[in-house]
Amino acid sequence: MARYVSYRDFDWVLLGFVLIICGMGVMEIHSATMHTKFAGAHVKQVYWVLAGVGAMFLVSLINYQALLDQIHWFYIAGVGSLMAVLVFGQKYLGARRWIKMPGGNHFQPSEWVKLILILAVAKYFADMRERELSWADFMKAAAIVGIPMLMVLKQPDLGTALTYLPIAAMGVFLGGLQWKQGLAVALLATVGLGAVFFIPRVHVLKSYQKQRLTSFVDPELDPQGSGYQVEQSKIAVGSGGLWGGKGSQTHGAFLPVPQTDFIFAAFSEEHGFVGALGVLLLYFIVLMRLTQNAQTAPDRAGTFVVMGVVAVLSFHILVNVGMVVGFMPVTGIPLPLMSYGGSSVLFMFLALGMVMNVRMRRFVN
Amino acid sequence: MFGRDEKVSEVRLTAAQYIILGIFLILAYGLWKLQVMESGYYASAAEKNRIRNVPVLAPRGKILDREGRTIVDNYPSFSALLLRDSSRDLVGDADLIAQGLHLDPNEVRARVRHFASMPQYQPIFLKEDITPDELQFIEAHRNELPELDTIMAHRRLYPRNGFMAHLIGYVGEVSEDMLNQPQFELYSPGDVVGRSGVEFQYNNLLMGQNGSRQALVDSHGREVGRLGETEAVPGKQLKLTIDIDLQIAAEEALAGKNGAIVAMDPHTGEILAMVSGPSFDPNDFAVRVSREEWNKLVTDPDKPLMNKAIQAQLAPGSTFKIIMSVAGWQEGVAQTLHVNCNGGAEFYGRRFGCWVKGGHGEVTLEKAIYQSCDVFFYTLAEKLGIDRIAKYATDLGLGQKTGIDLPNEVAGVMPSEQWKWQTQRQKWFAGETISVGIGQGAVAITPVQLLRAVSTISMGGRMVVPHVINPTDMPPGFVEAQHYTEVKNVPIDPNGWTFITDAMSRVLLPEGTAPSAHIPGIDIAGKTGSAQIVSLATRARFKNSDDLAQNGWFVGFTPRRNPDIVVCVLFQGGEHGRLAARLATQVIKAYVEKQRRTPQKMVEKPKTGGTVDIGGLWTEPDSDGDKETLQGGRFVLDLPKKPLAVAIAAPGLHQ
Repeated sequence: MARYVSYRDFDWVLLGFVLIICGMGVMEIHSATMHTKFAGAHVKQVYWVLAGVGAMFLVSLINYQALLDQIHWFYIAGVGSLMAVLVFGQKYLGARRWIKMPGGNHFQPSEWVKLILILAVAKYFADMRERELSWADFMKAAAIVGIPMLMVLKQPDLGTALTYLPIAAMGVFLGGLQWKQGLAVALLATVGLGAVFFIPRVHVLKSYQKQRLTSFVDPELDPQGSGYQVEQSKIAVGSGGLWGGKGSQTHGAFLPVPQTDFIFAAFSEEHGFVGALGVLLLYFIVLMRLTQNAQTAPDRAGTFVVMGVVAVLSFHILVNVGMVVGFMPVTGIPLPLMSYGGSSVLFMFLALGMVMNVRMRRFVN
Repeated sequence: MFGRDEKVSEVRLTAAQYIILGIFLILAYGLWKLQVMESGYYASAAEKNRIRNVPVLAPRGKILDREGRTIVDNYPSFSALLLRDSSRDLVGDADLIAQGLHLDPNEVRARVRHFASMPQYQPIFLKEDITPDELQFIEAHRNELPELDTIMAHRRLYPRNGFMAHLIGYVGEVSEDMLNQPQFELYSPGDVVGRSGVEFQYNNLLMGQNGSRQALVDSHGREVGRLGETEAVPGKQLKLTIDIDLQIAAEEALAGKNGAIVAMDPHTGEILAMVSGPSFDPNDFAVRVSREEWNKLVTDPDKPLMNKAIQAQLAPGSTFKIIMSVAGWQEGVAQTLHVNCNGGAEFYGRRFGCWVKGGHGEVTLEKAIYQSCDVFFYTLAEKLGIDRIAKYATDLGLGQKTGIDLPNEVAGVMPSEQWKWQTQRQKWFAGETISVGIGQGAVAITPVQLLRAVSTISMGGRMVVPHVINPTDMPPGFVEAQHYTEVKNVPIDPNGWTFITDAMSRVLLPEGTAPSAHIPGIDIAGKTGSAQIVSLATRARFKNSDDLAQNGWFVGFTPRRNPDIVVCVLFQGGEHGRLAARLATQVIKAYVEKQRRTPQKMVEKPKTGGTVDIGGLWTEPDSDGDKETLQGGRFVLDLPKKPLAVAIAAPGLHQ
């Protein structure tokens, strides 16, 4: 059996579009941080992207099927590292999310656990032999994602914990979710959310997390907090108009963290509806191209891996852009490929590396 | 059942694509709604909605004297500041700003850079206490320079001509060094804080808490509304123990001279007046002092910035003889010592001269005190030895900080064998003890130390902590104020201190060393001192230069028993103690005359029964039974619950 892989089968088109989005991000980081203490962040972002591309090529060389065979070890290591964060993690702004590494770097295990979950879910559903999902299978899949998710919630990092959900949802959906099950889960989620909010004894969410969500419903309750941030973000986006404006919201420091979570607001303010829609289109092309790669994958596992990446990427875009335009509460989820930050950039490129990995082996077997 | 190679449901993959498309359509709709349909509304909101944090500065607490008269006040003054959230090119505008505010453009740029890492909503202070024409410039350039703004602040107004400057201290912008120290961690850059004196010591009480106002401003910098305001908490008003009338008398006494005057209530340790000369004008320091001005003050040989009352460490000269007398009495040596002074005496093979060349003749302790006979005290020192002298001097607080509530008090030196070994790794020479006997040699004390030591002796051993604020006036739980009311008891034989203070009261009489300082009708007990700063021989070599003139000292109190006030004077270059005594008696005279003018309440009747406190004086024979001495004491009397029946008419009438 010939195991011939070549970079001719590498998805150069996908990489091209991804790099265009990264370029837009770097430009906007430069513009938004120009007169602040973060000035020069765009140069660091370029380094992160270059490092990400390198990591992507490396990951694409390792056969994903070999990775999938060892996934239980990765899963154990991932859960172990989350445990380590809860025990030894650095407390910063009230949450324990980072482990301090030798050399002064901070490592946030919840990001790479996301990758492991994509692979673990893919492995689980690829090995399943039923066309329709039984309740037992459903519960097992929920447990695979649920255990690390609860641990991340404990840090507490609601935003990252939520990004694990679409991995499970995509797996369950493609794995053969039945209508009854879908309805039951939707019902349960509604009741659960209601309990979290309206039964005072249930302390699943921290008060600031609740406040963020309630101020989303009524921004006037909290004019200086997250409601204020959403309001400023909407003003930034809205004042951009059709063709973009001078960006006083961004440069006047009214927009909070315009280089990370609110980068899309800053971009929309400076480039208007036309520019913002252009970026959305680029993301859409990337997602469609990924789905196409999922369809041509050599096996079920490959499809699940690529669709896992699609799920995470779509979810990030939905929540981040939704927050920027005022449809979603503030959860601290960055916009992949554009937002400033090493962890986020590296995660995206490692995920793309796995997609390339699957694509390069599409004619194998 | 299907195999490993069976594909994932094509229908579901397509469904996922449609879901993604749906998400993107919703997001695109969100953008369309904000940027196209409602863009006019948001564009005007961006113009209008600009929140600026404007600090509301808390006025510093006033400083008052013991009777509530104002010593330090505030006055309103305007400061120019630079706002950074108005998306202006601050560096480019620096030239125009500098021109209008009479600043150096490079300094403006440097300040912008210096504060670059601070949060955007914090304005940069450009110039404080701006003149009316600079204020006019800012008002006139509202449109060209929207980033310029003014803020009204309360500025310190200090008494003129350096009145009380050392005690009050001054304020200034918090320095980088201070910000790095843990005790100042709550200060932020730009804060005006106390830098010396009471302003420094009680800064936390005086400073108050700045508030802030979230103002809504439009793109031209005009305030269009307010979001909220946290009010400033004004600083606490501080009442000192100083009596301005007495302070004025002390300032006048020391005017144009070099030295210090401190007056204290020996019962409580309350400082009534404190002057150090020469002085400086703290109004010059209220914001930022210019470099030349500062250098001039720092390099001045007369040390105008030093509070000599607590920071000058000098030989006490003959005033030390009071401490010697107490030590000698307690050891049972002084009361029986008879010395024949013929103008000097030889100790350990070296001749020590008396200040009266012809000698004092037959001298006992009493005459030795009021005539300040050196030979008597040389002999006493020889008999006591340095360690016994040091023990009593240390018990009386010499060579240690008094704990006065002013910053940077120094400890001085009270030498002993142990001290010499620890500091110089040398053995003590017996000859040095002889010099110490008249307050020369290695003894170095501060005026406030001498004041406290003599206050303790005058009160029969009751030692107080000198302080300038009223401890009962402090907020609850203010720990610092607690120890100012502490009283230590130094055991002194009552016969000893009455004998010594009686002898001290003859110092200002015709037979004493300072008859010219005598004030008729006021009973002052005191002691003069003249301390060499170099030996007489050295001074002669420098042709008796004034720079090397002797320091005059005087420490005294009134009245002789149960005194109301103790005064210590250091007159640097004053040559002789009697000149210092004249300064001290000016202060004492002002005190006594004020007391005589002010009607006193002898007994205050409590509102509900109970007891009253009455002081009394009487004479009583000594334990020997032959000599009557004056005694004083306090009596606590029970008041009858019902007032005594008073006759309203002669018996038998109006029945």
